[in-house]
Amino acid sequence: MESYLVDITLILDSTVRLAVPLILACLAGLYSERAGIVDIGLEGKLLAGAFAAAAMSAVTGSAWLGLLAGIGAALIFSGIHGLASINFKGNQTISGVALNFLAAGLTTFLGQSWFKRGGYTPQLSGDQRFNPITLPFANELREVPVIGQIYYELISGHNIITYVAFIAVPVTAWVLFRTRFGLRLRAVGENPKAIDTAGISVTRLRYQALIITAVLVGIGGAYLSIAQSAGFNNNMSAGRGYIALAALIFAKWRPGPALLVCLMFGFLDAVQFRIQGQVFPIIGEVPVQAIQALPYILTVILLAGFIGRAVAPKASGIPYTKER
Amino acid sequence: MTPLPRWADVVLLPLLNVVLAFLVGGLIVLAVGQNPLQAVGIMLYGAFGYGSGFGYTLYYTTDFIFAGLAVSLAYHAGLFNIGPEGQAYVGGLGVILIGLALNGTHWAIVFPLMIICGGAFGALWAFVPGYLQAKRGSHVVITTILFNFIATSMMGFLISRVLKPAGVNSDESAPLEAITRVPQLRTFIELFKNSPVNLTFFLAIIALVFIYWLIWRTKFGYAVRALGQNPVAANYAGISNQKMIMIVMAMSGVLAAMVAVNNVGGVQGRLILNFVNGAGFVGIAVAFMGRGHPVGVGLSALLFGILYQGGQELAFQMPGITREMIVTIQALVILFTGAMGDMLRAPLARLLTRSEPATGAK
Repeated sequence: MESYLVDITLILDSTVRLAVPLILACLAGLYSERAGIVDIGLEGKLLAGAFAAAAMSAVTGSAWLGLLAGIGAALIFSGIHGLASINFKGNQTISGVALNFLAAGLTTFLGQSWFKRGGYTPQLSGDQRFNPITLPFANELREVPVIGQIYYELISGHNIITYVAFIAVPVTAWVLFRTRFGLRLRAVGENPKAIDTAGISVTRLRYQALIITAVLVGIGGAYLSIAQSAGFNNNMSAGRGYIALAALIFAKWRPGPALLVCLMFGFLDAVQFRIQGQVFPIIGEVPVQAIQALPYILTVILLAGFIGRAVAPKASGIPYTKER
Repeated sequence: MTPLPRWADVVLLPLLNVVLAFLVGGLIVLAVGQNPLQAVGIMLYGAFGYGSGFGYTLYYTTDFIFAGLAVSLAYHAGLFNIGPEGQAYVGGLGVILIGLALNGTHWAIVFPLMIICGGAFGALWAFVPGYLQAKRGSHVVITTILFNFIATSMMGFLISRVLKPAGVNSDESAPLEAITRVPQLRTFIELFKNSPVNLTFFLAIIALVFIYWLIWRTKFGYAVRALGQNPVAANYAGISNQKMIMIVMAMSGVLAAMVAVNNVGGVQGRLILNFVNGAGFVGIAVAFMGRGHPVGVGLSALLFGILYQGGQELAFQMPGITREMIVTIQALVILFTGAMGDMLRAPLARLLTRSEPATGAK
């Protein structure tokens, strides 16, 4: 019984760890898609953020400067995306796809040119990373059965970005549904003409959304390379940007459900490591690949409308042209 | 806004966009302290300078023509198929299954069957997103991305658990016998030395001609283009949009699967993990750069073939540059020819109309 509890706590603990980049990227995508800009480029921004954070942290020795660099890289990518999709009214999907390749190519190329380690950045340690924070009384309460253990293992002992990610969810909900800015943001994604008629700049609002997107996904990237791991390696985002996009659709572009879906996808990821080679009663051995594919299969089923309907913001993906 | 003259629209603007992409690429190379012109020289030598290099260039070109055509055909119908990567991967399953079933049979019999069988598997993998788009309204961009990931997991399972023969360490299927494999051109032409370019190359050329004929010379192609330009009007004209979407996606999958015929049937002679290796994604860049026209697709596929083979050479000769520079160029090409394709349109129109005062006289 006791060992089961430990097992479950450990799985939930790694669920949280694995869900953090998904939550950040998913919320990031939420802002831009709510404002009417499709962001296939989340994956690329995540990767660029991870690389910039690790590179900066390796050079300066400060995780905080690394975090800033990660956000900066994501901002540059968002800027290109905005230029293509807001100013030049180009195809947002194509721009996103281009950005994903740009990140994949540039991070490896620059990594090799700068650090000459086959695309890896130097190993980071100490202040170059965000280290686990022990919450107050965690050690004291450790001996308390169940609750103490959960508090010590699950809630305490994460790095600061993890807490930021979880706080970002209610904040996003508040911004989106309780502030004037949020109302306008949602409006510009549904009906930009109405916003324009009201005398509010569509371009400005959409850029504001892209900036928030970049900040969040940049933090997510930094999490990958300087919090969760100790350095950058090739293609370390490994499709998480796409999973976040899937989670966003699954959550129907709402912050609360987004958190739950990201935790679910994180859980699948965590379980995948545990069940490798284990034989279960009745079903037998579950192939790892089946669990890997599950988030994608679930999303396809959802998109097909078999479990509820996912309706994107109406003006999503359409550049806004002012009437003359 | 004054429209551009036709020649500027068809040739000048795309060309300028490509030049822009390469200029930015050159600046990046310059930024890391390497000489971009020297890099170009090495790449050209690597791609054309010797027989096997040239053969490799054509081998890559073969892949990129198919992937580029797959994206182009769908795009003519207004569908952005990001899934050739997965479609080619699943197509590989069809190729190896028929190959292994007839292992030892002469290639002249197996080659056409590989095309049919591989094509069928690729078609299926693209048909499902097409069906979901047509009947259930789920966006093909998202579903094809998801299907790429599902393909990776599914094929990984099939290769490592089902197709892998006992006693083999690496994750791959049993090999095809030499006589069953699509013959490589070096067996006929000595020039190609030990390069993998094979008969599939000619299939790619045929595909280019066929797609030109299909899109611009047939009723079906007219329907495809009508659907892409104005789905409402197409529907009004009596074209079944739903049916067209499913057919076009399936055909796009067939084209993508020919990448598998080239690699599984002609080069490796077995099914290995991740054999597509990004060729499907290069197809996106090729399609936009070539503006979906077979002539453009053929030329851009060749350009990317040069980049990939030349990039290999480059990584050898200039240690400061890795092959990933090519992925960067690929991204810049998609960005400038695809997403920002109209960036230079307005300034160009202004420039051209100023030099022709007659049109600006109104």
